[in-house]
Amino acid sequence: MFKEKPPPEEERKVRANDREYNEKFQYANNCIMTSKYNIITFLPVNLFEQFQEVANTYFLFLLILQLIPQISSLSWFTTIVPLVLVLSITAVKDATDDYFRHKSDNQVNNRQSQVLINGTLQNEKWMNVRVGDIIRLENNQFVAADLLLLSSSEPHGLCYIETAELDGETNMKVRQSLPVTSELGDPNSLAQFDGEVICEPPNNKLDRFCGTLYWRENKYGLSNQNMLLRGCVLRNTESCYGLVIFAGPDTKLMQNSGRTKFKRTSIDRLMNTLVLWIFGFLVCMGVILAIGNAVWEKEVGFLFQSYLPWDPPVDNFLFSAFLAFWSYVIILNTVVPISLYVSVEVIRLGHSYFINWDRRMFCQRRNTPAEARTTTLNEELGQVEYIFSDKTGTLTQNIMTFNKCSINGHAYGEVIDTLGAQPKRAQRLDFSFNPLADRDFCFYDQNLLDSVKLGEPAVHEFFRLLSLCHTVMSEEKSEGELMYKAQSPDEGALVTAARNFGFVFRSRTPSTVTVQELGRSVTYALLAILDFNNIRKRMSVIVRNPEGKIRLYCKGADTLLFERLHPCNHDLMNVTSDHLNEYAADGLRTLVLAYRDLSEQQWEDWAERRRSAERAADYREDRLAAAYEEIEQDMMLLGATAIEDKLQEGVPETIAILSLANIKIWVLTGDKQETAVNIGYSCKMLTDDMSEVFIINGHTVQRVREELRRARERMIESARSREGGKEGVMDWAACSLENGFGGQSGEQGGWHPQQEEKPQQGSPPAPALPSLLDSISGEYALVISGHSLAHALEADMEREFLDTACACKAVICCRVTPLQKALVVELVKKHKKAVTLAIGDGANDVSMIKTAHIGVGISGQEGIQAVLASDYSFSQFRFLQRLLLVHGRWSYLRMCRFLCYFFYKNFAFTMVHFWFGFFCGFSAQTVYDQYFITLYNIVYTSLPVLAMGIFDQDVPEQRSLEYPKLYEPGQLNLLFNKREFFICIAQGIYTSVVLFCVPYGVLSQATRNDGIPLADYQTFAVTVATSLVIVVSVQIALDTGYWTAINHFFVWGSLGAYFTILFAMHSNILFSIFPNQFHFFGSAQNTLIQPVVWLTIALATVVCIVPVLAFRFLKLDLKPQLSDTVRYTQLVRQKKRKPGGRGGRGAHGGVAGLGGGALGRLGRAGSRRSGYAFAHQEGFGELITSGKNMRLSSLALATFASRHSASWIDTLRKKKQQPPQPGGEGSPASSYTAPLSTSSSMLGPPDTQAEETGNTPLGLAPSGSSSAVTPTPVRSPGGESTGGWVVSLGAVQVTPTASAPVSGLTSRISFHV
Amino acid sequence: MAENEEKAKAQNRCPDNSAFKQQRLPAWSPSLTAETVLPFFYLLGIACVLLGVLLQITMQNTQEIKVDYTNAESCDMCFETRKYKVNASRECHCSITFSLKERLEGDVFFYYGLVNFHQNLRRYMDSRDDAQLLGRIKKLKNPSVYCGPNFQYANGTPIAPCGAIANSMFNDSFALFFHPLVDRPLRVPLFRKGIAWYTDKNIKFHNPYVPNESLPQVFQATAKPLYWQKPVYELDPNDSTNNGFINEDLIVWMREAAFPNFKKLYGILDRQSSKMFEQGLPAGNYSVSISYNFPVQYFRGRKQVVLSTVSWFGGQNHFLPIAYLVTGCVTVLVAVVLTVVYIKFGKKGLKMED
Repeated sequence: MFKEKPPPEEERKVRANDREYNEKFQYANNCIMTSKYNIITFLPVNLFEQFQEVANTYFLFLLILQLIPQISSLSWFTTIVPLVLVLSITAVKDATDDYFRHKSDNQVNNRQSQVLINGTLQNEKWMNVRVGDIIRLENNQFVAADLLLLSSSEPHGLCYIETAELDGETNMKVRQSLPVTSELGDPNSLAQFDGEVICEPPNNKLDRFCGTLYWRENKYGLSNQNMLLRGCVLRNTESCYGLVIFAGPDTKLMQNSGRTKFKRTSIDRLMNTLVLWIFGFLVCMGVILAIGNAVWEKEVGFLFQSYLPWDPPVDNFLFSAFLAFWSYVIILNTVVPISLYVSVEVIRLGHSYFINWDRRMFCQRRNTPAEARTTTLNEELGQVEYIFSDKTGTLTQNIMTFNKCSINGHAYGEVIDTLGAQPKRAQRLDFSFNPLADRDFCFYDQNLLDSVKLGEPAVHEFFRLLSLCHTVMSEEKSEGELMYKAQSPDEGALVTAARNFGFVFRSRTPSTVTVQELGRSVTYALLAILDFNNIRKRMSVIVRNPEGKIRLYCKGADTLLFERLHPCNHDLMNVTSDHLNEYAADGLRTLVLAYRDLSEQQWEDWAERRRSAERAADYREDRLAAAYEEIEQDMMLLGATAIEDKLQEGVPETIAILSLANIKIWVLTGDKQETAVNIGYSCKMLTDDMSEVFIINGHTVQRVREELRRARERMIESARSREGGKEGVMDWAACSLENGFGGQSGEQGGWHPQQEEKPQQGSPPAPALPSLLDSISGEYALVISGHSLAHALEADMEREFLDTACACKAVICCRVTPLQKALVVELVKKHKKAVTLAIGDGANDVSMIKTAHIGVGISGQEGIQAVLASDYSFSQFRFLQRLLLVHGRWSYLRMCRFLCYFFYKNFAFTMVHFWFGFFCGFSAQTVYDQYFITLYNIVYTSLPVLAMGIFDQDVPEQRSLEYPKLYEPGQLNLLFNKREFFICIAQGIYTSVVLFCVPYGVLSQATRNDGIPLADYQTFAVTVATSLVIVVSVQIALDTGYWTAINHFFVWGSLGAYFTILFAMHSNILFSIFPNQFHFFGSAQNTLIQPVVWLTIALATVVCIVPVLAFRFLKLDLKPQLSDTVRYTQLVRQKKRKPGGRGGRGAHGGVAGLGGGALGRLGRAGSRRSGYAFAHQEGFGELITSGKNMRLSSLALATFASRHSASWIDTLRKKKQQPPQPGGEGSPASSYTAPLSTSSSMLGPPDTQAEETGNTPLGLAPSGSSSAVTPTPVRSPGGESTGGWVVSLGAVQVTPTASAPVSGLTSRISFHV
Repeated sequence: MAENEEKAKAQNRCPDNSAFKQQRLPAWSPSLTAETVLPFFYLLGIACVLLGVLLQITMQNTQEIKVDYTNAESCDMCFETRKYKVNASRECHCSITFSLKERLEGDVFFYYGLVNFHQNLRRYMDSRDDAQLLGRIKKLKNPSVYCGPNFQYANGTPIAPCGAIANSMFNDSFALFFHPLVDRPLRVPLFRKGIAWYTDKNIKFHNPYVPNESLPQVFQATAKPLYWQKPVYELDPNDSTNNGFINEDLIVWMREAAFPNFKKLYGILDRQSSKMFEQGLPAGNYSVSISYNFPVQYFRGRKQVVLSTVSWFGGQNHFLPIAYLVTGCVTVLVAVVLTVVYIKFGKKGLKMED
């Protein structure tokens, strides 16, 4: 535990299978510890932490003061009892929290992993894994530590991982082991492995790793490409072996997690400020009273000395005043109630439990309830103004479904809509005729299936295209059990659709694609893949069908494809275009499909051109693009597809409600602009009613600034024109300086609900620009891409950007990095003084979740990073509305009411001492019995206000959702702010005056009916105390809006407890045991039987409560809040017993329901959006044509083994090795296979002999080999493609002769399975 | 089995559908409406006014006579005498006169009043030992430190009763005389017992008890408070059961007043003992003869004699009925204003614009 800290690592040396060696370095083991205490350290550490809280230290200080007899105006226990209570409650809470941390640590640490020890695999707990161990991972397992991938079950040491937990990207990534180690397939050889890795020290850079492997006298460079990081999940890989480099806290995952910043709510901060003010107030009171004491001692006390001489150390009135000051500090300390903080925590805890318990935030499907992971932020949920949302996995499910299509001018898939509402959802199509169909696929339009069965050529061609033109890879574990590995879910959806309609993509080789067309296996020669990239926004394949006809199939964005169509398609284009509009209106992602027949000659010519482009030294990419452009012309339109990026349930409705509640939603996504915008439309963030959607896409600072400025000008312009051009709007440059967010007042004032609906007719007198900008909000949207954002977030432009963005109703930032997400949140947080909420599901959202005031994680997905970093988690985006509008709103309301009341009651309680000071010679005599002082805050008045703080409701939950405007007071911070605080204080002081004066007025002269005067101190004390308890109880009764049995119990119980304890404290028994401690003996019974006393109490109560009641009623009449109105309506409704009549709904609510699709579909011309349904990166095209990823299926392997010597395969295997191409240059490389295939001149460039360094010019090596081997298999079955088939096209060494027979074999195998 | 359990566990993740957890506890949500608030205000106002009137009427049946005797009449001389500490042991007697225009009906209470005497100072109030007064022998010899250094021991002997309160006990004594027009002055009989709280007299204050020892013997080892003329066991020369800590004057004094101006009960008219006073104090001239001991000039205080009668709710008290009347009137006024406001604005204000 208390090991010496080793000096910071400069480099890390790890030797495989050598624990002794590695132990020298004292690397952290794989045990993670997020807990703070253990049993021994708990008490000291926890106490130390607690006394770092100013309040606690303050009370400790008070306690010490009280031990000085000259000062002590109260017994020590009046402070220590509450202090101990508070400390122990907090300690219990901390202990529980830590217990759960221990538990979760244990759970993670005890996961099993297989570790290679002494040549055998043994199951070990995660925490026992050491640096230098070799562990084995299986499919779908979490990676236990940061590993160097040594070998995998897949060919070429490839292995696929999902890094969702690390960076939030859900697409699979490829990792590859070093060639030398990838042969170490079995435990035995791995046990012999004794390589040593020297690498960088632990750091948090996820995308970088640099190290060297020394093995067998050789050096091998290591990069991130060879690493499996903790938190990843192994996918599509049977198993792999890895060497542990970083373990436990050193892993990149843990290094990234960092310490969670402690978040405080704005109420917290306000409360701290107020507490400081109260301290100030306390000191002032102390000073006033001390001065009073000085004067009194000098004028009166001096004379009174014969009866009461000064205590020994006091020799003059000044010293006496000094002591009086401290004495009064002790007495008046109850204005800063020690129980405040602990009560606030208890209330928040209660609210958190309500969130955890809410069944309406429970997701049945994922079996996940909502969880408040941080219990201290609840009331902030009621004040959110900005929501930053991730897209994938948060708004969308990341599931693509083939929803509709338009083929040759016929629209299919509209069944649901034509039937209107869905009482009878059309029958799911029955694909049983097709044994290869995917059972999960749903489609509802029988017509399409009929068309397929009738053999309509266009329909067939349509699906043929879908089955051919893609970069999906198939896997067929057993006959008929097809699995598609698609890089993007869109493609997967399209290919799956084709599959179900009878065009089953079965398998591919680098040069062929085999499709089962309505039961008939057809193999196409794949001549070229013109891969996707961002600019082209389309992809094409050129295939030769068995009949020898060459055809180019293309799918892509409509805007681009329509330009490249043959003129004869004009009519069809119009029809399709209409369909596309419809699809777009539904928020579907569309693609247009087209084909072009190529003659052999055309093909040859073009192939030649492309090859030369490929060879060009400079501008290769441009040349290639030009070459592609050339062939993708004069295409024939086939139709269009519409894919639904399935939104999470209820997303549009939620967004609608939230924006009605004045919450601005910004979507921050790593996705492409098109996708993001598309989702924006489909979740109704963007609508066609919007005046304009600004797209900021500039690459340079100047350009971005320009675009932002233009956007603002447009907004101002239109606002001005609507304002009737009345005021000269200042030059923007000037405004942008001063309309900034320094002036918060303008900011808050300007935001009125009416303004956003319609800009007012009578324009406001002097609209500062912010209000102008506010008034135009609701009409515009801003879309900004990551590279522009980088500029926009620079210091000199951020305000400009924020101005513009905040004037827009919707903001979408696309292609942003996790860091940028955090920066955007930070920006708004910094300048807007608004509460921000970030919601996301992936690890890429972690930074933003941590930055925002409130972080929400979507749980139930595989990745839990976001959830771990979050403050709240649930599994559906739509729960957000309930979290904010119901729980948040209530929490805020309750907290505010609680605080108001709390300060009130303490001032009412404490200030009586102040007034009494004027009568008791400022001698710091208390008004109350010391036990009353001790118990007032913790017993007599704590529970009713806690019950209110936990259970209160102003309007029922469904109303909060019906009237989202009810959320507004929280955003404007209306319910508890400095003004409200002063009102509470004033009320408290008023109450204290009444509580002092009324008993004083009555009792000072009164006598009992047996003649004994009532003006004795104890009677006065009991009367005031009783009045106080009754008054504050009546006040809490007035404040409580929702009287559950618990409230009743607590309110009445507190009163009961007061009287019980009063009589007990003043009882015979206690007095006879401790006469000096309980000298109030007899006061209660003597006082409370007097009618005068009760008349006094009643009078005090009336005088205290009547003004409050009158003010409240006046406020209700003159300035009713929406919640009052709703409440009133509710009351009226209840009286009328009209359960169905939802009177006010139209007025305020009327949320999404009516909006919906129908409305959206009208008048949507010109807003078609082509969701380009491709992967984020360029496709797998290069991998495919290089053949590297091709799996050596067991079937093929068996055949090989039987016919050829295994050694042959081994030689092949040994020779293979080119690390796969990392993304970038893929398309040129891939696409030049085909042309080369025709000219064998390029055969096997010898320089590609595999160097260990793996630095071969990659573009050349695989293509060279493939060129050698890719004549179309059908025409020349002897095609030498097999090298690629089996292992890799990198295997340049394979002589054509050697591979020829194999290729024939394999093609037969694969084609006729 | 295990699987089933796990399944059950998984299913359990759904929160209970209890009213408490779903925040749907049956509840009463009162709200301020005109129908409830306005009648409440009117009723409250009227009730306060009525109560005020009732109290006022009752009040008028009680009377109070207050006579300041600090330096009045013959007491002026005593006032001068008491100015100097050297005269502390000198006795001084004086008397004051007053007349009653009306009979004081019923029970009449005789108080002494002090003005500007602070019994409510913190250190003063702390300066007592309830355990000693309860009669604990241990505390008698060893009084609590709270009594303060000056009032705990005098020359090493413990003081009983200790403390500043006891030390400053009011020690004037009074005799009230009625001067009938025809007869010689008649001493008005006063009960000097029954003037303290029952609980104080019977439970809170006890004489220390040592078997077979008389009261003076018990107190032998203690000293009397500094300013006292007589030891505690000789406080009441007339009634041996009224001596020691249970002396009612002491008990009355030990019950500290909350405010600097106060009165304390001295005696109650003994209506049984004489026909003359059966109905109370008849109208006429009275004199109070005073044994003037208590010096007030040091602290600019005043001394008073107060005679008063009580009603069912106590002695004369002008504040309460007036306060009730005022509160009631204001409440009614507020109610009227609220009604007007409600009729003018409120009716529309809360309606939903539907």
